[in-house]
Amino acid sequence: MRNYKEKIIQILLTSLAFASLFFLIGIVFILVKESIPIISEINFLEFLFGKEWYPSRQPPQLGIFPLITASLLVTAGALSICIPLGVGAALYINELAGIKQKKILKPLIEILAGIPSIVYGFFGMLIAAPFIQKIFNIPTGLCALTASVMLGIMAIPTVTSISEDALSSVPKSFKEASYALGANRIQTLFKVIIPAAASGISTSIILGASRIVGETMTVLMVSGGAAVVAKSFFVPVRPMTSTIAAEMGEAAVGSPHYHALFAIGLILFLITLIFNAGAEHISKKYRIKLGLGR
Amino acid sequence: MSAENIIRIQAENVNFYYGRHKALKNINLDFYNNKVTSFIGPSGCGKSTFIRLLNKMNDLVADTKTEGNIWLDGENILHDKADAVKIRRKVGMVFQKPNPFAKTIFQNVSYGLEINGEKNKKIISDKVEESLKKAALWNEVKDRLADNALKLSGGQQQRLCIARCLAVEPEVILFDEPCASLDPISTNKIEELILELKKQYTIVIVTHNMQQAARVSDWTAFMYLGELIEFASTDKIFTVPKEKKTEEYLSGKFG
Repeated sequence: MRNYKEKIIQILLTSLAFASLFFLIGIVFILVKESIPIISEINFLEFLFGKEWYPSRQPPQLGIFPLITASLLVTAGALSICIPLGVGAALYINELAGIKQKKILKPLIEILAGIPSIVYGFFGMLIAAPFIQKIFNIPTGLCALTASVMLGIMAIPTVTSISEDALSSVPKSFKEASYALGANRIQTLFKVIIPAAASGISTSIILGASRIVGETMTVLMVSGGAAVVAKSFFVPVRPMTSTIAAEMGEAAVGSPHYHALFAIGLILFLITLIFNAGAEHISKKYRIKLGLGR
Repeated sequence: MSAENIIRIQAENVNFYYGRHKALKNINLDFYNNKVTSFIGPSGCGKSTFIRLLNKMNDLVADTKTEGNIWLDGENILHDKADAVKIRRKVGMVFQKPNPFAKTIFQNVSYGLEINGEKNKKIISDKVEESLKKAALWNEVKDRLADNALKLSGGQQQRLCIARCLAVEPEVILFDEPCASLDPISTNKIEELILELKKQYTIVIVTHNMQQAARVSDWTAFMYLGELIEFASTDKIFTVPKEKKTEEYLSGKFG
């Protein structure tokens, strides 16, 4: 009887574990299956590098180059905001803040990660966009810069939290060794602690980037939505995610437009997959380097 | 006057507290120049706590309090305004567990020189070689200076830590149970090294191993529950201890 029960539980748990794998495979399968027709319909290079995205024209023009550049531009902008702020906050929490401050600050920053992206979008639209429009004196505040600022803020908790974990997992003995040789705090921080945590910090940045690239709702609300190749941060852009979100509803099932949107999804999936695999690889290497086991 | 009896460090009425716990009780002790002074006693008796005062390492521990004076070259190193960085350059330390940085062998030794502002590559590499030779490690690593130090064996890592410490030219070296995690052969090498180093340096060593104290040290301090029970020349303390507690500990009745 007992054996019987154990067996049921085992089967149940195994099937639950495999269910998520099954869903993942299903999603990838559908993405690939629905993307493939676009290759037969238009030249793949033309799809990737075409500068015209007019899906409702006859015949539709499906070049996603403006969308890719928009995503890259916004990601680069957001990273240049979240790296200094996120890593800086981690350094402060780890090195300068006292135990009490650390106990308050770290969870507080992690709460930022829990704010729904629609709220960021809201804030971006109503407060950040008019502000940016005013100080840079541009026709609209809904532009790549606003999207970068909002996404950068959203990614701070990811970067801070993981960087801080990396900094605090640097063995205390490294710090002691450095101080015992007569190093001061700054020397110890920059020459011993940061190098030892470097891979962990890079991992945090990659995961932050992965979050930025995949973010949809906020960019949809604040990026402006113009599918032209952006030449500066001050013009409206249309990143890949918001394109899918905005157009999926109106694309006729089975049309080239429909398949093109799936292909964009597939590209996004591949980008985040590469980011996450890179982060995993780096953090594994880092554990070995610090002698923390394999 | 012989160099034998020059007092290098003098501890006066030293008390130390972790929070409310009094870990050191009124310690008075002199350390002689170019001698090895060892600290023995059961775990938790305050040996390590005491020697960590000598290079201000306890400053890194939160919620502690120190009273009394420790004189080094006319300066009270326990004073609030004493410059920890300067003192640590004069008083080097080798820790219980080998703790090389996750850097190359060369960089481990050159680190102390670089933080002191040495930029001349020739001087740095000469000094690295000299320090590794003094630490009896040069022959084993001279062809692999660019390897990660964590690839070395435990005994080699500990000698690398000694070389790293020697590179900044300290005058006093503190060893906090330097052989606790090493095999007998590595231990033997470290002990030989300590005997060699005392010609140039004043050495303080904490050890759990009474034979080790007998082999390497000129002076021995026995501590128990935060108190200095007895301090005498190693010969005397091991043959004719004055205190009953010392005798009991040395004969293995507790500890």
